[in-house]
Amino acid sequence: MGAALSGASRGFEESAMTLDNLVNTLFEHPFLQGFAPEHIDKLAAMASEVCFRKSELIFREGDESSFFYLLLSGKVALETNMPGRTLRIVTLGTGEELGWSSMTAHHSKQFQARSLEETRALAFDGVRLQHACDEDCRLGYTLMRAMLRVVAQRLQSTRLQLVDLYSPLSAQVG
Amino acid sequence: MAVAKLEREAAEANEMLPRMARVAQVRKETYDTFTLALESAGGEPFPGFAPGQFSMLYVFGNGELPISISGDPEDHGRLLYTVRSVGKTTQALVSSQPGDGIGTRGPYGSHWPLKVARGKDVLIVAGGIGLAPLRPAIHYILRHRADYNRLIILYGARSPRDLIFRKQLEDWGRLPDTQVLTTVDYGGLSWTGHVGVVTGLFRNVRLQPFHTVAMICGPEIMMRYVIWEMEARGMPPGDLYLSLERNMKCGIGFCGHCQYGPNFICKDGPIFPYHEVRSWFGRYEL
Repeated sequence: MGAALSGASRGFEESAMTLDNLVNTLFEHPFLQGFAPEHIDKLAAMASEVCFRKSELIFREGDESSFFYLLLSGKVALETNMPGRTLRIVTLGTGEELGWSSMTAHHSKQFQARSLEETRALAFDGVRLQHACDEDCRLGYTLMRAMLRVVAQRLQSTRLQLVDLYSPLSAQVG
Repeated sequence: MAVAKLEREAAEANEMLPRMARVAQVRKETYDTFTLALESAGGEPFPGFAPGQFSMLYVFGNGELPISISGDPEDHGRLLYTVRSVGKTTQALVSSQPGDGIGTRGPYGSHWPLKVARGKDVLIVAGGIGLAPLRPAIHYILRHRADYNRLIILYGARSPRDLIFRKQLEDWGRLPDTQVLTTVDYGGLSWTGHVGVVTGLFRNVRLQPFHTVAMICGPEIMMRYVIWEMEARGMPPGDLYLSLERNMKCGIGFCGHCQYGPNFICKDGPIFPYHEVRSWFGRYEL
């Protein structure tokens, strides 16, 4: 398992938070509701607090980034680029998660993420997280269940967006 | 018996007669949605309306449509109707010019539960043009602000250019004890608000079940997801009210076109407490 890269080389500003603060912050984050204290401790040891400036690109489409973030404050947009324009497809805010795909085998980002306001988050290296899950299957199971909840919510939202439910046409399609 | 039947038929026949109104103003809300201000053409003022009620609007030579009233219930001089142009008659309606004549019947139907909501938080959830039938309720609450606790407005639309009453939403959001959250299904770089479905806004709201009355209006599929979300957050079904829409023709429970289970949407609705319609809500055949 490689050491975590420095904040500068990861493209964000890293700030120091004591381990106790990290543990408390993780306990309060909605994503980690129901996690056992020993699992929170393990996650705290892997977390680092990061800050993104307003309008900063957190990652771009195609970037090889393995980071998973728990958002503490601020707002982030996921965007996709098309010829001539960029479209925002979802915004994420306090208490939400960014970069769940870092827990899959492929780390190439399919969307770009941009902070819409100054944003604070806890960053986890997905590779380290996966190793921790392999070593502690109970942690892995709990984490994957939480991750599945996030993915299912995103899938449901995406389906509703695809339905284009506000369109008069969607009411007429038989 | 026969006399009573004749009297009933005569009353129903009168109900089917439109009264003349004149278009006073047409205001463009978005590229396809307009608000018409109608004034009475006969000298006699319009009858009052309760927030949530609708009128039948007759565009002569085109047809008649049920349209919810979208203005302030205490503005007695004129009635506002916000219409999205989606077909021949709505196109004719939004193409009206000041001075044009429009036939009106009503106001008809049930209304939002503004008495029931007194002393409680009011949660308004609207999608697309569904904000229009809710706007009179918002006006009413803001005029009687001391009677209600927090006012929370969640509004979703397809894109930023589809948002109606945008300026008003911003103004309402600055009022004390009022939270306004708007989201769109997709937006460009100039849109810095929320992007995502309206149910996603609930995580920004501190909901107090048993102390909140929810009023919901939008596409039925949206309302279904909103209800699931609120039930998951502990809201009792009896505190959820929704505005339903079906193919109305007469507007007075006479023709049966808008039958919905044992109810007629025009006469018994369009506003229903959810627990009264949950057996039929979302059924394909209805």
